[in-house]
Amino acid sequence: MAGFDKRVYTYEAAMAGLTDGMTVIAGGFGLCGIPENLIAQIRKTGVKGLTVVSNNCGVDDFGLGILLKDRQIRKMISSYVGENAEFERQLLSGELEVQLTPQGTLAEKIRAGGAGIPAFFTATGYGTPVAEGKEVREFKGRNYILEESLTADFAIVKGWKADWYGNVIYRHTAQNFNPAAATAGRITVVEVEEIVEPGALEPSQIHTPGIYVDRLIQGEFEKRIEKRTTRAA
Amino acid sequence: MALTREQMAHRVARELRDGYYVNLGIGIPTLVANYVPEGMDVMLQSENGLLGMGPFPLESDIDADLINAGKQTVTTRKGASIFSSVESFAMIRGGHVDLTVLGAFEVDVEGNIASWMVPGKLIKGMGGAMDLVAGAGNIIVTMMHAAKDGESKLLSRCTLPLTGCGCIRRVLTDLAYLEIAGGAFHLKERAPGVTVAEIRAKTAGRLIVPDSVPEMQV
Repeated sequence: MAGFDKRVYTYEAAMAGLTDGMTVIAGGFGLCGIPENLIAQIRKTGVKGLTVVSNNCGVDDFGLGILLKDRQIRKMISSYVGENAEFERQLLSGELEVQLTPQGTLAEKIRAGGAGIPAFFTATGYGTPVAEGKEVREFKGRNYILEESLTADFAIVKGWKADWYGNVIYRHTAQNFNPAAATAGRITVVEVEEIVEPGALEPSQIHTPGIYVDRLIQGEFEKRIEKRTTRAA
Repeated sequence: MALTREQMAHRVARELRDGYYVNLGIGIPTLVANYVPEGMDVMLQSENGLLGMGPFPLESDIDADLINAGKQTVTTRKGASIFSSVESFAMIRGGHVDLTVLGAFEVDVEGNIASWMVPGKLIKGMGGAMDLVAGAGNIIVTMMHAAKDGESKLLSRCTLPLTGCGCIRRVLTDLAYLEIAGGAFHLKERAPGVTVAEIRAKTAGRLIVPDSVPEMQV
């Protein structure tokens, strides 16, 4: 059983081996479903020069924003980075490199990376600045651009529940980029709210099969809400 | 009178059909959800991985794990499903969404759209807009017809970096409803009290005006 037991018991162990200049793919959309404790651990390690692949870049004092603040990120590959003032400052001053990528293309780049597909053609971005320098091919009368896939040294993922084997279930829209991210890390680290015994999860309900997961840790989550919107009772 | 944001949303809602899966962008498109005609069932898609978005939650029902593409807390409706970003964009890119409504800075007579970047200003990113315009067969753009100084946003050729090319065929502005075909805007309806002359004056791209242009019902 030990062979499939992915559990680690400290965040130091969860992120062990992360060094300067590595690439990290992070799950999450906005602040929803972000691996907040793994990000905090990256801050603690003080590693620098990271390339981070994530749909967004957190806010100034939470999520990936805290790595920006400490200037640990050299390059971001994201679709939207509008919620972060420090991001803006570093971008304008040239300290930070940004590769803006359409959201669906970003998701597919990560999916393809994890699935062993080096590149794919998509119509998204054809005729726009995103297409600059990329191969164009016509299929059935329509133009497509060649997009290369993405993998990373580390993938950091936030799940809801997992068993020891690293079979993961996500909760609501905290799923987002997490399952794709989980497939694309040379080392995939998943943090969850609850680790259960093998057999406790229904096999057909698993979102991320344990084969993708290298390390699993249970954490406590703040789950900060970016835009709290309600209707009147 | 130019249409209000609410009137624009109301007019777009008349393009909804029973059983449509619909993606609404941020801003005026979001308001369309408030004008779904009585007795009609539509399912709203949110690009972060939700099909069947419900209203905002009651304070007591707020859930940090349930948000929309605008990062607002939301609820699910009966019949909703939740999935990954990969799946979400597969349905968008694969052309499975029946209607997409999104805003724009400029459109032109070739159906090009610019909506994500103004050079010289901070670039925040395109989010899912490029995927949406590339994948949807049925798109309605909601936008202002002209800038405050009167400069047209309906052009012969977009001046801003594009979001997509040759993909827009229907545009609702605060002044008119137009279709794009054959390298021209075709005026279909005008906002109540707005003259064809004003629309002509504020449309820089080639405009084709039929003999009679009905007033919009809003």
